[in-house]
Amino acid sequence: MSAELKTVDTLLVSRVQAINWNRIEDDKDLEVWNRLIANFWVPEKVPLSNDVQSWNSLTAQEQELVIRTFTGLTLLDTIQNTVGAPKLMEDAVTPHEEAVLSNISFMEAVHARSYSSIFSTLCSTKAIDEAFDWSENNKYLQKKATLILAEYDTADNPMKKKVASVFLESFLFYSGFYLPMYLSSRAKLTNTADLIRLIIRDEAVHGYYIGYKFQKAYEEATPMEQMEIKEYTISLLLELYDNEVKYTESLYDGVGLTEDVKKFLHYNANKALMNLGFDPMFPEETAAVNPAILSALSPNADENHDFFSGSGSSYVIGTAVETEDDDWDF
Amino acid sequence: MYKVVYFSSLSGNTHRFVEKLKMPAVRIPLSPKDQMIEINEPFVLVVPTYAGDDGSGAVPKQVIHFLNNKNNRSHMCGVIAGGNTNFGKYYGYAGNVISRKCHVPALCKFELTGTPTDVKRVQEGLQKLWTQQQQKEKMLA
Repeated sequence: MSAELKTVDTLLVSRVQAINWNRIEDDKDLEVWNRLIANFWVPEKVPLSNDVQSWNSLTAQEQELVIRTFTGLTLLDTIQNTVGAPKLMEDAVTPHEEAVLSNISFMEAVHARSYSSIFSTLCSTKAIDEAFDWSENNKYLQKKATLILAEYDTADNPMKKKVASVFLESFLFYSGFYLPMYLSSRAKLTNTADLIRLIIRDEAVHGYYIGYKFQKAYEEATPMEQMEIKEYTISLLLELYDNEVKYTESLYDGVGLTEDVKKFLHYNANKALMNLGFDPMFPEETAAVNPAILSALSPNADENHDFFSGSGSSYVIGTAVETEDDDWDF
Repeated sequence: MYKVVYFSSLSGNTHRFVEKLKMPAVRIPLSPKDQMIEINEPFVLVVPTYAGDDGSGAVPKQVIHFLNNKNNRSHMCGVIAGGNTNFGKYYGYAGNVISRKCHVPALCKFELTGTPTDVKRVQEGLQKLWTQQQQKEKMLA
């Protein structure tokens, strides 16, 4: 027994290397680590209790929808915290990538924790328990979890796990994220929406980083392997998408928002593909997000068309002003 | 026609967008160790955004180095910024910062590697601006 333990000890010591952040193999690791640290937050910083009055103004049906949606999001965060990020760590190609993934894993735990903060601030214990029961019994939510977990467990290629992970981070959350953005566009649960925006921002960094690591591996792959991975990516997306539509219907049919949510799904599925380095797949007219939702997400998004759509009369050639490095700190 | 001058990090998102424009383009070197480029003709700048919590650090360091050269700045006709709406009000914020700082128009924004509509809008928009600029110069001459 003790001899066995000793062998394990020796093995660990010989295998684990202390991480040296002064020798970076991939600059993206340090850049993303720094970004994640700068973005760190906890739910206690958001004054959720200011939403109590707004919560009480929602109909019973709306309240139920919010809690159900958030239990669904909690499930995805839990998967990513306890299974997804740890599984990706096994495939990390640099020690710093492992560290970044441990940060991602922890933030997913913070996200999962946040939904419970929202619940305890706004809802009764009975309503919370009912919603968790609902999420355990909603077959589309369970299928979504099963599909992703199956990829994490059985994928024979590290690239496939990354694809599944990017789809979770950049696509599967958005049927849920839609609702707080919708409510916030109608001046409801605005503090809750602020918290969700922090989660949305984190998921963007996670999807970007995992997508980047995917692209690096993909570039190294043989054309044959690339073709297989691309086919796998599209077929997994379509399988997840079919289920996601049914999940969306099960949540939003009652309030008549399903079609609006579907546009948001297409838009985000396209962004997930872009994070993986592939072209968007859903035609843009089906991915034209309701402007109210887009502006709840990003008040600057409508600046997209500003200049080119104008007459161009304000066009001026650049006037050179002095700039120095430290001028750029705004 | 304008030249496109762009910066793209290792992720290559902005590089992919610029490739799709099919316009003559020059990439700002990724590493500060490499010789910085100098541009002597009208160009538009395409940059990604890396804004933090408060919008700080939005403009990549190498882009700042490029713009610290007065000659480069004097040929810049506009800025196009990449980003992600997930970053809320700091979506494509590098475009806002450069526009304000260098007094050039922020022409438009695109997400990640850009959609076909983004590509078309930029191609057509730049063509239109170029024509207007040529006419203006002819009138002044």
